[in-house]
Amino acid sequence: MVAFDLTTELCGVTLDNPVIPASGTFGYGYEFAELYDINVLGTFSFKGTTLNERFGNPTPRIAECASGMLNAVGLQNPGVQKVVSEELPKLKKAFRKPVMANVSGFSVKEYVEVCRILDREPQVGWFEVNVSCPNVHGGGLSFGTDPCVAAEVTREVKKVTTKPVIIKLSPNVTDITEIARAVEGEGADAVSLINTLVGMRLDLRARKPILKNVTGGLSGPAVFPIALNMVYKTAKAVSIPVIGMGGVSTAEDVLEMTLAGAAAVEVGAANLVDPFACKKIIEDLPRAMEKYGIRSLNEIRGKA
Amino acid sequence: MKQVVLEVEKTEPLADGVFKTVFRGDVSGVKSPGQFVNVKIRDLYLRRPISVCDLGEDALTLVYKVVGKGTEKLSESKCGDAFDMLTGLGNGYDLSRAGDKPLLIGGGVGVPPLYYLAKKLVERGASPFVALGFNRKADAFFVREFEEIGAKVAVATVDGSLGEKGFVTGVLPETYSYFYACGPEPMLKAVFTATKTEGELSFEERMGCGFGACMGCSCKTIAGNKRICKEGPVLKKGEILW
Repeated sequence: MVAFDLTTELCGVTLDNPVIPASGTFGYGYEFAELYDINVLGTFSFKGTTLNERFGNPTPRIAECASGMLNAVGLQNPGVQKVVSEELPKLKKAFRKPVMANVSGFSVKEYVEVCRILDREPQVGWFEVNVSCPNVHGGGLSFGTDPCVAAEVTREVKKVTTKPVIIKLSPNVTDITEIARAVEGEGADAVSLINTLVGMRLDLRARKPILKNVTGGLSGPAVFPIALNMVYKTAKAVSIPVIGMGGVSTAEDVLEMTLAGAAAVEVGAANLVDPFACKKIIEDLPRAMEKYGIRSLNEIRGKA
Repeated sequence: MKQVVLEVEKTEPLADGVFKTVFRGDVSGVKSPGQFVNVKIRDLYLRRPISVCDLGEDALTLVYKVVGKGTEKLSESKCGDAFDMLTGLGNGYDLSRAGDKPLLIGGGVGVPPLYYLAKKLVERGASPFVALGFNRKADAFFVREFEEIGAKVAVATVDGSLGEKGFVTGVLPETYSYFYACGPEPMLKAVFTATKTEGELSFEERMGCGFGACMGCSCKTIAGNKRICKEGPVLKKGEILW
């Protein structure tokens, strides 16, 4: 049996494999730990956390489309204090590797405050700062669509933590590489992309939008080619690591993202359709690598 | 929760647009009445959550109304077709609170989960009264099935074509020990007001995953935020915020 090297480095930390469940599709991990040993994962990005508790948007928050789905959850989370006191202790029991802390905010101050509080948590290995959630009115979207504001968030967050800061980018912009370069310029240690694309569906019986929020974020296999292209372009535009995500559902998708330049790969919507998706992708990677004559992910990264 | 592949034994129409599909296979994931399964349907991205209508040793029955592409494809399923399912989802009804004369209130496609519940209650020695509401006679199903397991049944239809004319709240008995309800939200609201005892109501919501990961189906309750798919779909009367 030939050994396949699945390891990858992410901001100084070696991951056993590049597969990372994306924020908002994996909770704080412990519920998936009832289904399989989540320590097989490279790491995971926990549910987007804000300073205060949020219920999120009114329901319906979910709609379906061909090869994908829309969500308008709106950052439901218990708030950072409860995450520290209740969620992280449960997470720690289920997961022994460093975890990625996904952080959201409605002001630069809020991002900074949440990161300052989570910086004290030893299990937090990286911050993934979400400047791109399209669901919150007047909030996330503007941070991620203006290079100056995205740069400001990066600069201020970097001041309160020594942990690597990954900026999660929105695809709902004219040129994602411009934002990527702006945050790189302020010391971002990596970027992750893409967040969901803004979309909507209508209910023909009710003659109204299915989502109460009207619009939602599109994810699933439908967005994979868009995501791949943005990862490809961004990996050429910056010298920091790029985490690829958007519709990744198979081991082959992981290889394509890696060829496009991704240092690691996040898996989102696929977890919702198949709770074992990430485990299956990891187990399937050696087969897919053998099929395409790949011995290590490092040898193909960015070679497309 | 258990991920299994079940095979269709048969699919048959029950009423106008309402179908029953019986599956065979490992159904051990289902623990109690009121739980649901999340069915993967070919060529559709999200699974379809459907309440368990009946359960045998290796058989699972779903009764559903065709409302979209998923239920349409399911209604076209044939003997031997295989479906990937997540089974045993949600909390289900609490049978221990039923008492000796529980009242079961179902409306339209909210009726199916009450059948397995009624069977279990009868097994426990209770005498359930089942109040069923439909729009019209052509929509009605399972009236005889409930009678056959020994339940007392009253039916209301909006147009009066079967049973009493009016809503299901018009055919509730005078006395009962506890109640269990499932149906469209306007009916649940009416039941909430019309019932005199404590009880449990089962809710519907558009779901992403069906097992608590996506927070797509959250609702606010007196006991805090709950996920319809995980801490629900059954909520206690006393915790509901309309």
